[in-house]
Amino acid sequence: MEAILLQVLNGLDKGSAYALIALGLTLIFGTLGVVNFAHGALFMIGAFCAVTVQKVLTLSKITLDPVKTDFLGNPLQIKTPYVEGWFGPEFGAALIDWSVPLAILFAIPIMLVIGVVMERGLIKHFYRRPHADQILVTFGLAIVLQELIKHYFGANQIATPAPDVFRGSFDFGAMMGMDPNVVIYPYWRLVYFAFAAVIIGAVFAFLQFTTFGMVVRAGMADRETVGLLGINIDKRFTIMFGLAAAVAGMAGVMYAPINSPNYHIGMDFLVLSFVVVVVGGMGSLPGAVLAGFLLGILESFASMNEIKSLIPGIDQIIIYLAAIIILLTRPRGLMGRKGVMED
Amino acid sequence: MLGIKGKDLTLLCVVAVLALCAPFILNPFPQSSAMAQFNAGYPDLMQRFVIFGIFAVGFNILFGLTGYLSFGHAAFLGVGSYSAVWMFKLLSMNVIPAIILSVIVAGLFALVIGFVSLRRSGIYFSILTLAFAQMSFNLAYSVLTPITNGETGLQLSLDDPRIFGTSVSDTGGIPVTSLFGMEMRETSTLSLGDWSFQFSNGYYLCAVLLLVSFYISIRIFRSPFGLMLRAVKSNQTRLNYTGLNTRPYTLAAFVISGMYAGLAGGLLASMDPLAGAERMQWTASGEVVLMTILGGAGTLIGPVLGAGFIKYFENIFSKINDNVLHQWFGGLPEGLENAVVWFTEHFVGSGWNLTLGLLFMLVVTFLPGGLVEGGTRIGRLIRGKSKRAEKKAAQSKPAE
Amino acid sequence: MSKLLTRRGLLKSGAVGGAGLALPTIFTASSASAFTNEPTGGTVTLGFNVPQSGPYADEGADELRAYELAVEHLNGEGDGGMLNTFSSKALGGNGIMGKKVAYVTGDTQTKSDAARASAKSMIEKDGAIMITGGSSSGVAVAVQGLCQEAGVIFMAGLTHSNDTTGKDKKANGFRHFFNAYMSAAALAPVLEKLYGSDRAAYHLTADYTWGWTQQESIQAATEAIGWRTVNNVLTPLAATDFSSYIAPVLNSGADVLVLNHYGGNMVNSLTNAVQFGLREKQVNGKNFEIVVPLYSELMAKGAGQNIKGIVGSQNWDWKLGDEGTAAFVKSFGTKYGFPPSQAAQTCYAQTMLYADAVERAGSFNPCAVGEALAGFEFDGLGNGKTLYRADDHQCFKDVLVVKGAEDPQDEFHLVEIVEVTPVAQVTYDPEHPMFAGGALGECNPGA
Repeated sequence: MEAILLQVLNGLDKGSAYALIALGLTLIFGTLGVVNFAHGALFMIGAFCAVTVQKVLTLSKITLDPVKTDFLGNPLQIKTPYVEGWFGPEFGAALIDWSVPLAILFAIPIMLVIGVVMERGLIKHFYRRPHADQILVTFGLAIVLQELIKHYFGANQIATPAPDVFRGSFDFGAMMGMDPNVVIYPYWRLVYFAFAAVIIGAVFAFLQFTTFGMVVRAGMADRETVGLLGINIDKRFTIMFGLAAAVAGMAGVMYAPINSPNYHIGMDFLVLSFVVVVVGGMGSLPGAVLAGFLLGILESFASMNEIKSLIPGIDQIIIYLAAIIILLTRPRGLMGRKGVMED
Repeated sequence: MLGIKGKDLTLLCVVAVLALCAPFILNPFPQSSAMAQFNAGYPDLMQRFVIFGIFAVGFNILFGLTGYLSFGHAAFLGVGSYSAVWMFKLLSMNVIPAIILSVIVAGLFALVIGFVSLRRSGIYFSILTLAFAQMSFNLAYSVLTPITNGETGLQLSLDDPRIFGTSVSDTGGIPVTSLFGMEMRETSTLSLGDWSFQFSNGYYLCAVLLLVSFYISIRIFRSPFGLMLRAVKSNQTRLNYTGLNTRPYTLAAFVISGMYAGLAGGLLASMDPLAGAERMQWTASGEVVLMTILGGAGTLIGPVLGAGFIKYFENIFSKINDNVLHQWFGGLPEGLENAVVWFTEHFVGSGWNLTLGLLFMLVVTFLPGGLVEGGTRIGRLIRGKSKRAEKKAAQSKPAE
Repeated sequence: MSKLLTRRGLLKSGAVGGAGLALPTIFTASSASAFTNEPTGGTVTLGFNVPQSGPYADEGADELRAYELAVEHLNGEGDGGMLNTFSSKALGGNGIMGKKVAYVTGDTQTKSDAARASAKSMIEKDGAIMITGGSSSGVAVAVQGLCQEAGVIFMAGLTHSNDTTGKDKKANGFRHFFNAYMSAAALAPVLEKLYGSDRAAYHLTADYTWGWTQQESIQAATEAIGWRTVNNVLTPLAATDFSSYIAPVLNSGADVLVLNHYGGNMVNSLTNAVQFGLREKQVNGKNFEIVVPLYSELMAKGAGQNIKGIVGSQNWDWKLGDEGTAAFVKSFGTKYGFPPSQAAQTCYAQTMLYADAVERAGSFNPCAVGEALAGFEFDGLGNGKTLYRADDHQCFKDVLVVKGAEDPQDEFHLVEIVEVTPVAQVTYDPEHPMFAGGALGECNPGA
């Protein structure tokens, strides 16, 4: 019972991460019809926004220690972050501590710009090209972005901790009258879950309840007719691309404390996010979110010891197995629209 | 000749000449020159060019003709390799049974996966194939280790049975792969002054099989079967409305291209008897997709060019380190030398991926039909110019 | 067929020669020299095969720095580093046997296939006489197998699996780095001292060969000091989020979590475990503890704060006080601005050991070099007195037990040494069951 509850929590958390990553992809891929292999790279850049903000905040003034020496016998360098000098040690330290949430503020405009530039500068020319060409160009772009990050930040993972108040975990079990420590869950993962829910809700609301969203939805359904009505759909699609990049970036920023990012983190999520989008069904936003949660929960259950001992290795393949079963029983994924990317 | 004619025959002949003379063509620079770094004429890389050429040619039969984009073809390559190595372990070091088995096993594997995956089309098909391949990879890496030797990859060992061969060679080592006694790794070197050209038995076996594969691929492209596959690509729905069941055709194409992949896998193992699980990872499947698109999907020669292009960067550019760069630019003044080396370093050595990524983008942006398109354009440019010159001479007026 | 090809080559050469090229034509079959890639000119080429892309690229870069430094020292440039402290004095700073040392580099991508391709190109194209490097056991075993078949020496870089010098050992392959068994043998007594002998351990193990050998070793060693093993859960290599594997740990009755992970896996699983607050919990009336058997500075960096107080083992650390270490740290630090990692040290030592063995053998022939290395006893390369055991080509030396520093003075002090376990305690019988099942075989000079 506790184990199941624990894995449900886990699944919800994993699912929210998958859903959030897939959401950005489905905006571009599921609706604009662009096979965007650079989506993982956008997620990665988001995570590195967090790294950059942390690095900037910890830029330090160097003074020499009179006594201690470093590994070569030279006087030890003592680093005091500039922010601590400017805003006082306490506030400065707090700023550094909160670098990940702060990074969100920076990531949104940066990712919007990256998304728009990407669309205007590159993707625009590929709307009418075969999907194969889109794959090649976006994959090339992904490699380039990834290598640039590797060049400036190295290949090693970079620790980007969450603010100190979110350390440790919340005891659900104790709240529900079970023994302590039976069902616990880390605070930051709960924050991630809530954050994902808010972002997903916001994107839905934006598309559902605004005129802009209405036009975009119309454009997805029939781009030509909307164009004939004299509406500049291209401009709106550009904005959509920026939005998708921002969503991917925010997913990345918030994910940084969960797993220290490295330049490869985007590629690790790329395949998974495609699977989630397609299982959800092409052209369906709710489908992608639903698939994200479904696969997250299934993965959590598959990694339970009881199930692993029954079918060894099931946790390695569960996502793909589930994808196959779903795609074979439901021709267009969970909630796919007819005719989107079917040929 | 051989049931093909015209352009196709010319193309086959060109490929044959290129493949047979590869040891010369790929080694254009003298050994002691600084450019020798760019020589690609050593057995391992030549074998790789040809083997991945076969893989891509096979992939193109599915993707180029039917438009079905499989993202799991590496699984067949991997299965082929594993079968071949198992043959070396159990049967003998002769490559023939190994290659035959790898083609058959990969074909059966493709039949099963194709039968299931082809129930869907478009992106749904791609994800189904991807899912199968990733499952194979993950299992091969972990649970199936008794069969695949997991992370390390399946290798030969001294206590393998090899019932028709010997477990241990005369010198006390593991016997080497051979074709009826002709060792695959045996290489003759021809030294011509400062040039040295390597002729490897293994390479020529691969090259002959490439020619056979290429020939079969031409025949498929020009056959009624190939025409049917093209019809599937242009409009499958219409075909279905005419009462035609397209599934057997697409399934046949899938199995054939799976067998090509199996052949490539078997050859990889025959040249170097080790089968690593990474061969089945999605990145490997992605690589053959990239090769085909980069070279020119749907063209005969494109995939081979794409395969050569990517493997060249992976093996040649990754080996250029700052030491080499300093040798190259040693003639420049100190400050300038360092600046040039610093700049170039980004694109070679550990930065080889960056160069590859940039080239992907450039090629696909400016040459929509891939490398083949580039070739055609150059050809047209040369021919166009000469034509124009002729016309100019005749009419004394430029023809525009 | 072989004859035919040869004749084709001859015919071609004849044709080319006939076409007016007045170059001398020499035709050499590959069996003309006594062994593969016998160096003939004034230089000898070594092949440095390290990961330059993929998750271990930084570790590979550090290995490469060490190799470049070693080449410098062998050629008599720089301050000589550990050449001055090395117990064998065969090397004189004039290259190897008077030949200047040159090198080529390649990218293993931490994939067996790519690593073998890269090593093959070094052997076939660049004429490398020795291949060294690597940052994972899968790659090391694969490349070691290749070198055995090709007839060159393989000096392993960072590889920790028991199999490298156990069931997959090869006559042409040599490992300086320690292994999982040694980690376990060194760790167990320290763990007993720190956490007592009444403990229940929960293992998370990376689901591939290295992970298994490590888990097997740790389980055996900890059970010998009285610990119980509650569970061993295999985690997929591709896993990035370990939450679903860590969540059940607290409820399992275990009070120690052993993370048999390396690299990115380890950074992530440790980060996740600390996020779950495991370290602040009490189980069975004891503080919950986490153990990471194999440590590295780069991993400590990636894990950040989470590494504090976590116990593990290392092959070497730059903070060791001996004169070899000091010399190496000085010359590495002066050149690159930061202290070397353990991967760098093992690679540097391997290069020196190879060069020295060639000098002592008086030949580049892999069989002669192998003979000179087997059973060789030396000192002054940073690990104290060391033996290259002849039975399995494994180095036997002291092993460090380390701990994440609570309050590091700078980014280079993330790890502190808890104990230097003497070599006697980590030595095992060559026929030990964890290493059984393979044979060195005959040395292969190729050709």
